[in-house]
Formats: sequence, C-alpha cells, structure tokens
Amino acid sequence: MGSLNTLRQLIRDLRSQRLRTFLTTFGIVWGTIAVSLLLAFGEGLHHQMIKNAAGLGNGLVIAWPSSTSIPFEGMGRGREVHLDESDMLLLKQRSREIDALSSEYREWLILQQGSKRLSVDVSGVHPSYGEMRNVIPRAGGRFINPIDQRLKRRVAFLGNELAETLFGASDPVGQIIRIHASPFTIIGVMQPKIQQSSYSGRDKEKVIIPATTMQMLAGQKYLENFIFTARDIGRTQQASDEVLTILAEKHRFDSQDEEALMLWDTSEQAQFLNTFMFAFRLFVGIVGILTLVVGGIGVSNIMNVVVEERTREIGIKMALGAKPGSVLRQFMLETLVITGVGGLLGLGIAFGICSAVPALGFTDVIGVPTVSSVVAGTTALLLGLIGLVAGFFPARSAAAMDPVVAMKT
Amino acid sequence: MSEGAFKLRAPVPTGDKVIRMEGIRKVYDTGKIQVEALKGVDLQVCAGEFIALVGPSGSGKSTLMNLIGCLDTPTSGTYELRGESVAGMDKEQLATIRNRRVGFVFQSFNLLPQISAFENVELPLLFGGLSTRARRERATELLERVGLADRMEHKPTELSGGQMQRVAIARAVAMEPDILLADEPTGNLDSASGQDIMSLFTDLWTQGRTIIVITHDSALAKRADRQIEIHDGNIH
Repeated sequence: MGSLNTLRQLIRDLRSQRLRTFLTTFGIVWGTIAVSLLLAFGEGLHHQMIKNAAGLGNGLVIAWPSSTSIPFEGMGRGREVHLDESDMLLLKQRSREIDALSSEYREWLILQQGSKRLSVDVSGVHPSYGEMRNVIPRAGGRFINPIDQRLKRRVAFLGNELAETLFGASDPVGQIIRIHASPFTIIGVMQPKIQQSSYSGRDKEKVIIPATTMQMLAGQKYLENFIFTARDIGRTQQASDEVLTILAEKHRFDSQDEEALMLWDTSEQAQFLNTFMFAFRLFVGIVGILTLVVGGIGVSNIMNVVVEERTREIGIKMALGAKPGSVLRQFMLETLVITGVGGLLGLGIAFGICSAVPALGFTDVIGVPTVSSVVAGTTALLLGLIGLVAGFFPARSAAAMDPVVAMKT
Repeated sequence: MSEGAFKLRAPVPTGDKVIRMEGIRKVYDTGKIQVEALKGVDLQVCAGEFIALVGPSGSGKSTLMNLIGCLDTPTSGTYELRGESVAGMDKEQLATIRNRRVGFVFQSFNLLPQISAFENVELPLLFGGLSTRARRERATELLERVGLADRMEHKPTELSGGQMQRVAIARAVAMEPDILLADEPTGNLDSASGQDIMSLFTDLWTQGRTIIVITHDSALAKRADRQIEIHDGNIH
C-alpha cells in the first residue's frame, strides 16, 4: 500500500471517528498543558525569588560596629567600637578576601524642593556601593563617582519612589534640591528594583550622596556601618573572619566577640534559598510526574476503549484482505498523529497562557512563567509513548486474532 | 447488468477445480475442552458452480466456510485453492488470498458504520493497491451494478437492510474473486429484500462466478445447482 493511500486512510479514519479523535487529542492536550504550565510557573517563581533575593545585593555582608560583650586584655565589656575611614583603608590594604568595600553614613535630614519639605533618609556612601547593592541608575543618570567623592561634590542620587514624590513624571536629573539647607544637584535616579529585605529602609525612598560630602554636611566622624563583598562569592565566611581579625587587632576586642562588630552575611540567605529552591523544584517535579501519569492513564484508557471498539473494524478489514502489518502500522500512525497534534496544541496553549500572564500584573510575586521547550517536548513525547504503548499492545492482539473472532466482538 | 470492462484477472475457466479439500479437520481448543467442528471433510468445487451449504446450526457450516475463505486455517488436511496449497501460508499471504481470491458476504453485513457505501466498496480495492482513479471507477461501477448509484455517499446506517447487503455484495466482488462466499446472506432481511438479494446472486452466477452460500432459506437453496449437507462436522 502506498504511503499516499495510508495517509488518505488515516485522514478518513480520523474524520469518521470525530468523538474518539477529539477525546484522545483532548487527553493529550490537557496533560501537556498541565505539566508544562506547572513547570513553567515553578520556573518563573524560581527566577523571581532569585531576583527578589538579589535586591539587597549578591553575596553581600553588612557590618555594624557596636559595643564589646567579652572582656578583653583587661578591659571590661560594653566598650563602644567606633570605626572611621582609616579602618576602611586598613581593610583595603590588609584583606585578601574582600572584593569591594564601602562605608555608609546615615542621617535623617530635611529635604526641600520648591515648596515641598520633607524628612528623608540620607546615606553617604562610596562609588562602589552602587554595584554592590544593585543600586543602578536609570537611563540618563549616573551613580556617585570617585571625582564626586574626592571633590566632596554636592550631588545626590535619588530612590525612584522619592523622585516620583518630588518631581512626578518629569526628569529630576540636573534639578537642584536642598538637603540640610545646602543645594544639591541630582545626578541620577535609581532603576526600579525588587527589594524584599533591607537593613535600613528601602533604597527607593532614599537619597544617596558621597560619603565625603555627608561627613562635611552633617559632621560625622564615625561611620554607621560598612558593606563588603567577597572576592569569591562562596567565601563570604572567610572574608568576614578576616575583617573581624583585622579590626579586632586594631580596636583591641576579642575576635570571637559577636557584638563588637555585628555581621550579616546575606549569602547565608541565598544558601537557604538554594536549598529551598531545590526542595521546591523536587516538589514541582514530583507533582509534574504524577500529573503525567494521570494524563497517561487517561490517554491509555481512551486507547483501550478505542481498540475494543475497533477490534471489529480490524476484523472486517482483515477479512477484506488488509494485512495485519499494515493494520498495525495504520493504528500506530494514527496514535502518533493524535499525540503529535495534541502535544503541539497543548504546548501552544501553554505558551499562550504564559505570555498572557505578565499582562495580568502579578509578575512581582509569581514571576514570568516560562515554558521550557525541553519540558514540554518531553511531556508530549512521554504522553505519546504512553498512548502508543497503550494503543500498540491491544492493536497487536487484535491484528493477531483470527478475523472471524475479531469481527464477532 | 453487463460485465464491466474492468478486469483484474482472467476468470477461471468453467469446469476447472477451484477448491480441492481433503481430510479437513478443525478442532477448537478452548483450553478445557476440545471441540471437533469438522471431522475430515472432503470437498471439490468446480468453477462456475453454485453451491448451497445446508445443515442445522452447530453442524460446522460456518467453520467450513471460514476455512474456504482463508479466514481460518484447518487443524489438519489439505486445501488447494485453484491449484495452490493454502496450508503453511503466513498471515500476510492469507490476507492477500482473502483480498484477491475470495469475496465474503455476511449475514450481519459487516460494513464499517462510519464510512459511506462508496468507501466501504473501496476498501478491498485500497488493500489491493489500486490507484485512486481505478478505485473510484471500479467502486462507482460496482455500486451502479447493484442499483445503488444514488446511495453511494450514504452511510450504512442510512440504508435499508437490503441496500446494506447489496453494498456488501458489491464489496465482495470488487476484486473479481475466484469464489464468492455468503453466510446466510438473507438471514437478516425481510422476504422482499431477500428475493432481491437472491436474484442478485443468481445474476452473478449466470455471469460465470463460483458461489457458495450457507442458507436456511430453502428457496435460495433450490436455486443452487448443488446442495451440500453438513451434519455434525461431516459432509453427507
């Protein structure tokens, strides 16, 4: 039998059995949609959580000088530790583990812009702060640079929400505002980011100015806190230990003292997140496999019913001279076409749903679901395989029957 | 009705042996019990004969018919169909025999319900590997010959019993078989339709076909030129 005839017969069979074709295709479409969507949303959520966690910065450690809790070299506990720029310099010179470092001076100051007057959280920082904390300027602006720092320029970088409060939709870059009664030129506005953890309020509500300017403006000698990143993202613990050792030696406190210099290693959270995500993906994977099994059972049920219904048809065809081999081939081809079409359709619908989701606007929470074509392809293939196996064995037994017996069923 | 110009193969010359069966036994093994449906049947049929197979139900008529039509294989004995031994053929070869050498007409029509009368008649032609055009011409001609030119696109469920059986007969002779086998072809029909079908068989016979009919209908049996009686798995 020519392949054209086979195709013709296939189209005829599919057309003549609309309900059966529909049900089988539907089963596969449904299974494919369910599994691909499940995994797509899982993947989207995963990426979103990683993105959210990065709001504070990647592999960042935050350090606050406080007061000693362990007596050391004859001095009692409760002695305050004060750090200034010389300590930062010392760390830069002696540390082997630190990649970037920035001190931070903070003060609530009065900001004036036209008739608006409000109290804002002002941070004085170094140029490296921006990259470490994922504070990135929107197009048309810039972050504080080393020249600002050296010249103690009165320049300000605004959080995006504060910029909106002050200037609405218009571009604040180049505008002059007054901070603590001094005029400041706005040099940039932060690109919106998702920040779900913080140690001093949200970056979007802040004003950032050079640390040197801040010291001059508010007369601060000692820094509020400093932040650093490790050269190797997996070695934040070693970097923290090193910082403690260097500063403990200079300021004469016990390097085991957990309060003299308080450290928050945010990568610990990232490690927790990794563990959590692994568990989450495992869970999604298991649910996906179960869904696939359920879908497969559905498809194989339909195929079983179909074969029973078709045993008679196979018997008649064989009585008329159809060869068992070609009957079987026909049947498998039919299953392949149905699963192929069903798989593609399911994939298409899953893609459609996923691309419609961002328009609904909760991407901040659930992320952007992305259908992995590998996952979807595997799903369709597995369902097809289940359908084929479920269809193949009964069809083979039908084709192996005597036509007389098959016709009587 | 005239023989169409379309010939698949030269017909068997009248008088030649079409079927030669010797010592045919058929045992059905149901696992627990063995049923001997045929107990050594010898049968010879010449080309152009019209044979009626008669006998009570359970006598082995249908079993014999299925063996003749290669729907089933005998447990023992020899069977030559137009000089060719059928024993030892595999399923694919038997399928070819069914497609080209024998045509079946069943009591319950056995038409595929989902496709049209035309497509039903086309099926054996499709399995026989005929081109689309040849199939269309042949199926149209056959349905015209059985008087269903205006019913070609109807599904079996939209046809009467007599019409369905005519479709089945058109389908059975589509590949110009050596023998036309019919198992109670009028069993499910009212007497008028039955008459109709009987005349169709007579027509086919007068055109030179070899016909074997199982029937309880004495009127149909009388039209045959030979009656073979089966009792308890033996021919009398």
